[in-house]
Amino acid sequence: MAEILTAPAPTTTISWREGAPIENNKCPTGELEKRWTRHKDSLRLVAPHNKRKLEVIVVGAGLAGASAAATLGELGYQVKVFVYHNSPRRAHSIAAQGGINAAKNYRNDGDSIWRLFYDTIKGGDFRARESNVYRLAEVSVKIIDHCVAQGIPFAREYGGYLDTRSFGGAQLMRTFYARGQTGQQLLLGAYTALQRQVAQGNVQVYYNYEVVDIVVEEGRVRGIIVRNLITGELHRVAGHAVVLGTGGYGNAYYLSTNAKLSNATAIWRAHRRGAYFANPSFVQIHPTCIPQSGEYQSKLTLMSESLRNDGRVWVPRTPGDKRRPQDIPESERWYYLEEWYPSFGNLVPRDIASRAAKRVCDMGYGVGPTGRAVYLDFSDAIKRLGREVIYQRYGNLFEMYEEITGESPWETPMRIYPAVHYTMGGLWVDYNLMTNIEGLYAIGEANFSDHGANRLGASALMQGLADGYFILPYTIGDYLATQLFVKLSTDTAAFADAEKDTQKRIERILSTKGTHTVDEFHRELGKILWDHCGLARNAQGLTQAYHQIHELQERFWKEVLVPGTGQEFNQNLEKALRVADFLELAKLMVVDAYHREESCGCHLREEHQTEEGEALRNDEKYAYVAAWEWAGEKEPPTLHKEPLKFEFVKPTVRSYK
Amino acid sequence: MSKPMRFTLKIWRQKNAQEPGHFETYEIDGISPDASFLEMLDVLNEKLIKEGKDPVAFDHDCREGICGSCGMFINGRAHGPLPNITTCRLYMRHFRDGETIVIEPFRAKPFPVIKDLVVDRSALDRIIQTGGYISVNAGSAPDANAIPIPKPVADRAFDYATCIGCGACVAACKNASAMLFTAAKVSHLALLPQGQPERRERVKKMVAQMDAEGFGHCSNTGACAVECPAKIPLTAIAQLQRDFIWANLTPDPYVR
Repeated sequence: MAEILTAPAPTTTISWREGAPIENNKCPTGELEKRWTRHKDSLRLVAPHNKRKLEVIVVGAGLAGASAAATLGELGYQVKVFVYHNSPRRAHSIAAQGGINAAKNYRNDGDSIWRLFYDTIKGGDFRARESNVYRLAEVSVKIIDHCVAQGIPFAREYGGYLDTRSFGGAQLMRTFYARGQTGQQLLLGAYTALQRQVAQGNVQVYYNYEVVDIVVEEGRVRGIIVRNLITGELHRVAGHAVVLGTGGYGNAYYLSTNAKLSNATAIWRAHRRGAYFANPSFVQIHPTCIPQSGEYQSKLTLMSESLRNDGRVWVPRTPGDKRRPQDIPESERWYYLEEWYPSFGNLVPRDIASRAAKRVCDMGYGVGPTGRAVYLDFSDAIKRLGREVIYQRYGNLFEMYEEITGESPWETPMRIYPAVHYTMGGLWVDYNLMTNIEGLYAIGEANFSDHGANRLGASALMQGLADGYFILPYTIGDYLATQLFVKLSTDTAAFADAEKDTQKRIERILSTKGTHTVDEFHRELGKILWDHCGLARNAQGLTQAYHQIHELQERFWKEVLVPGTGQEFNQNLEKALRVADFLELAKLMVVDAYHREESCGCHLREEHQTEEGEALRNDEKYAYVAAWEWAGEKEPPTLHKEPLKFEFVKPTVRSYK
Repeated sequence: MSKPMRFTLKIWRQKNAQEPGHFETYEIDGISPDASFLEMLDVLNEKLIKEGKDPVAFDHDCREGICGSCGMFINGRAHGPLPNITTCRLYMRHFRDGETIVIEPFRAKPFPVIKDLVVDRSALDRIIQTGGYISVNAGSAPDANAIPIPKPVADRAFDYATCIGCGACVAACKNASAMLFTAAKVSHLALLPQGQPERRERVKKMVAQMDAEGFGHCSNTGACAVECPAKIPLTAIAQLQRDFIWANLTPDPYVR
């Protein structure tokens, strides 16, 4: 860690090196519809009596981690799950509200696997792999079947059949939901499946353990280093394969809709051990969140996208209009989304809706005390459908909004503003969900694979469960089949080194005894990222952000104040370790945003937009996945490009007009 | 901007599970009425750290009322003075300016204190392990619409399924019973056709585990349902009782 202090100050421009392009992503070829089936048939198998001899480490028990661990347990592998929570049921997937997409076509509205695939690719602004996204759409159907069999109480019609609703970026109703708590119900399904495997002895869950390093030997994963959060002890854990289902890194921004503990440490440590980090600047900013109300604020609360099914977004036609929204007549309201995007209206994808909100606020039309909010109004829907129907659909969300703001959405429109929500970027993985480190897998939000430059609503739950229930359990066997005779040992130099590194990091943080708390650094980092690497980015702002983060990082290691010791339950030490990693990751996010001189999806470079402020893609130069390799603390990162080939869809200008 | 508030806080401090705990008093000032209860504790902790003191350990994560982490006992009530709410969804405007607020961990024998306000609630997971699921492996399910379920049944099952596992029911109960928690899962699955094959075994095993963990019995005071942030109704307990009697006292037609 001492290196950080002596690292040379960055030059005026952001730099990186270009490495060899990624040639083999293991994607099958041939007919798109048959790729996954053919691929599955070509994977190596492990016989049941051998599965018992193979140990798989799963980190995290959100939708992806819990579903993967449960399914691997069902298959007969020996699974160890590590969670930093006090129960696997507390992972942040629990907070997902709106729904889960599946190409069931129960509505008879013309849905199909192809359409879900196409909407997802287009929604991601043509920055994802065709093969992966098609597979996602294909297995989406099985997820709903499995979840219903688990007893998940999805919303139903009076006939007893499953109900669906619309979500952004789709003109079909393919989103299954359980009131405003779909994530909770799906996670509890995966959690109970996991507990069943615990009871059967196939899975062991370790509570209150945080992964602090990944152990890699000659390009192959050997295990992890974990810290017992109660006692502070470090442990070495060996496994034949390691699966990271540790979620996204939106908390780098301090204020986000993520849970407070969500962090990037596992994937960042994997990156430092050689795993490529793909598209780190692709961060989804969700349009409908409750605006910030004060400096003390610790997080932002999302209001589900499903609200845009019935809520209408507007601002007063006169900037600075101070009348109560109820008193502003219809003719003086500007329904800007309906005006700008007539075919999708209020249900445009998230990146578009967020940018539009920023644009009207920048133009001076914003509402509320800060002028950084727009209205989301239900009065028309309440008139049209009645209170009862609206209560059935959004009751808990209305209550939540009222609790937080003290205002009732039944009486007055909600005030909403965009907030950081989800990270499309993550560890680079091949078609098998394996990183470039042999045996190290990344699933769910932790990987980069399916959402391109923008994720559609209700697709995160779909991807997490697709990876965990129906993709990884097949693909991991192909690797594990080669590991049957590998003897696990933690008594190696690689384990010792990793443990020592962590020990040093902890000692350094504790011995600094500076003047500023971890939260103070974190808030500052969040502000830099939000201002310069948020809704809109430009070269000058990014360069400035890079320097600010570098300077902040130096101050962190000189001035951080963490009380207590490393041999006890110490929540501030946990926080400090996470923020130290966010500081490093933030620099890479900025480098990535700087290098991509085009606008696509969530990534709006102000230098590259149409006159109306729409994203201007540059397919000729940037139709690739940017996979970054760690080159050391003093070295600029190395960029490996994985070209994106579109054989089945034609990248077009993404229009929702 | 509303007027900042001040409070006197009496907080339970306990170094670890082995050492005895005690109350400590803190004064705090300049708190926005729109700050959440946990944000108020954040402000206190920032202050304590800067003064070189040990900050208060408390569980929290999602801060939007769904993860079930933030259990604490405030002024003698689980999750504070309002009914059916988590601590994170409690705002300082719900308190009086100048009020003394007493903050303790959830108290129950099966919830040992880890530090300060943090308790170990893994006993609840062990109850689920004994049968709080439907035994179905990934890949074996029929089409999702193959089994129609009447909407009122699905809705009621959903009401029971929303338990967040926070343990407020245990903390609120004078017997430290986990009945509402256990009943929520038993009732959710008992109502659904998918839950029928294991219905008898499930209720027997889960109740047995609840007892084994040291949770008390239910004496129908209903304090749990007043505090339950997920508003699990007491009818869940009635459903569990019926299932329990049925499972134990009637012959199982499938067992000879």
